[in-house]
Amino acid sequence: MTGPGDLDSASSEPLHPAAREVLLAALDRGYADPRRLHRPGREARLLLDNARDATAQALGVRPDEVTFTPSGTHAVHLGLLGLVRGSRRGDVVVHPAVEHSAVRHAVAWGARAREVGVTGDGRVRGDELTQAAASPEVGVVALQTANHEVGTVQPVGRLALPDDVPLFTDACASMGRLPLPEGWSAAAGSAHKWGGPAGVGVLLVRKRARWRNPFPGDDRVDERSTGFENVPGVLAAAAALQAVVAEREEVGARQHALVDVVRRRVGAEVPDVEVVGDPDHRLPHLVTFSCLYVDGEALVTELDRRGLGIASGSACTASTLTPSHVLEAMGVLTHGNVRLSLHRDTTRADVDAFCDALPGVVAEIRSRVGM
Amino acid sequence: MSERAALELDCTTMPCPMPVIELARHLGEVEVGQLLAVVALDPAAAVDVPAWCRMKGQEYVRAEVTDDGRPRYVVRRLD
Repeated sequence: MTGPGDLDSASSEPLHPAAREVLLAALDRGYADPRRLHRPGREARLLLDNARDATAQALGVRPDEVTFTPSGTHAVHLGLLGLVRGSRRGDVVVHPAVEHSAVRHAVAWGARAREVGVTGDGRVRGDELTQAAASPEVGVVALQTANHEVGTVQPVGRLALPDDVPLFTDACASMGRLPLPEGWSAAAGSAHKWGGPAGVGVLLVRKRARWRNPFPGDDRVDERSTGFENVPGVLAAAAALQAVVAEREEVGARQHALVDVVRRRVGAEVPDVEVVGDPDHRLPHLVTFSCLYVDGEALVTELDRRGLGIASGSACTASTLTPSHVLEAMGVLTHGNVRLSLHRDTTRADVDAFCDALPGVVAEIRSRVGM
Repeated sequence: MSERAALELDCTTMPCPMPVIELARHLGEVEVGQLLAVVALDPAAAVDVPAWCRMKGQEYVRAEVTDDGRPRYVVRRLD
């Protein structure tokens, strides 16, 4: 179980209660090779097909459009690079500068990047993107459904792209929490971000999409996947996804209102703070802000000492010692950064406890440097 | 020839967020309308100096490179 002070669900959500029993049962029932024709094999195959059907239903897609992968990152790599490989145009991928590093790494490995700008809220400049996509060397547009650091929802499905330029959408931050948009040819999700187990990604490829496997193939149940199927994992992921979608209206509305409280209280009670991202058209559970003159690592450490777990995009908290490329592209303050994200059972009292503690923590860290 | 800074702060080796803190500390040492420059290798400074200007109502003038290749950020004191 999470403690009330764990405010980092966007990094990973604990296993949804609806998935726990399913996972335990499937560990015993779904161990066999789903390609074998004997009874245990047929049992595993049945569970795998159930997981695919349930996932398709929860997402509003066809079962044969669903592929399970070993991670969300792998689903991003497969989905995006498969569209590049299938393209009749060039190998350039147009994407906003705020895409997740999984997208940026995939492009660096197997395509050429053309980055387009974002507004101060982190939303892609749609006119720049559509203009760039018209170039004949462009094979694919990559646009996240919503930003993983600042929560801003992107205009997927509302852009006028050339007919032969498919769109890949990284839906890892939003899958289950928001309905999937229209207008994509391939999409990716990550189960541990909606309360499924780690080690399960979801790749969606539209029936009519020109997608070609960019990596070596295999002879598994699903021609787009490689390696032995994680049947217990995908079944638990599907159970969690169904549960999250069923409760999304209630949980999402509650989280949206709680994030409004954080945005309002932090902005009013901490001097020299910048609360960023779109205040309305955003993920329900996530908010990011930066505090002037504050060392991000000290902020994470001091909040953790008080039992409050948050993420940070500040340079000093990153292994690379460079600031978050998302905050950089938005042109907002990168130091003293906090990303707070709510769990499904986070309460108003939990949020208030954070907001009560923050001004003192920030003031104490500033006082160390005489500010 | 671009206008010279009245004061230049050497924050070459300082980690984030010290260059911005130094900027805030020394802003009062130049007259309103004068330029203040900070030299910093910290990669966050390229974003955080303009962001600081926006938040504190100062003017971000330009980024440039010193003769020996270090990034220098130039700010105009407006109040």
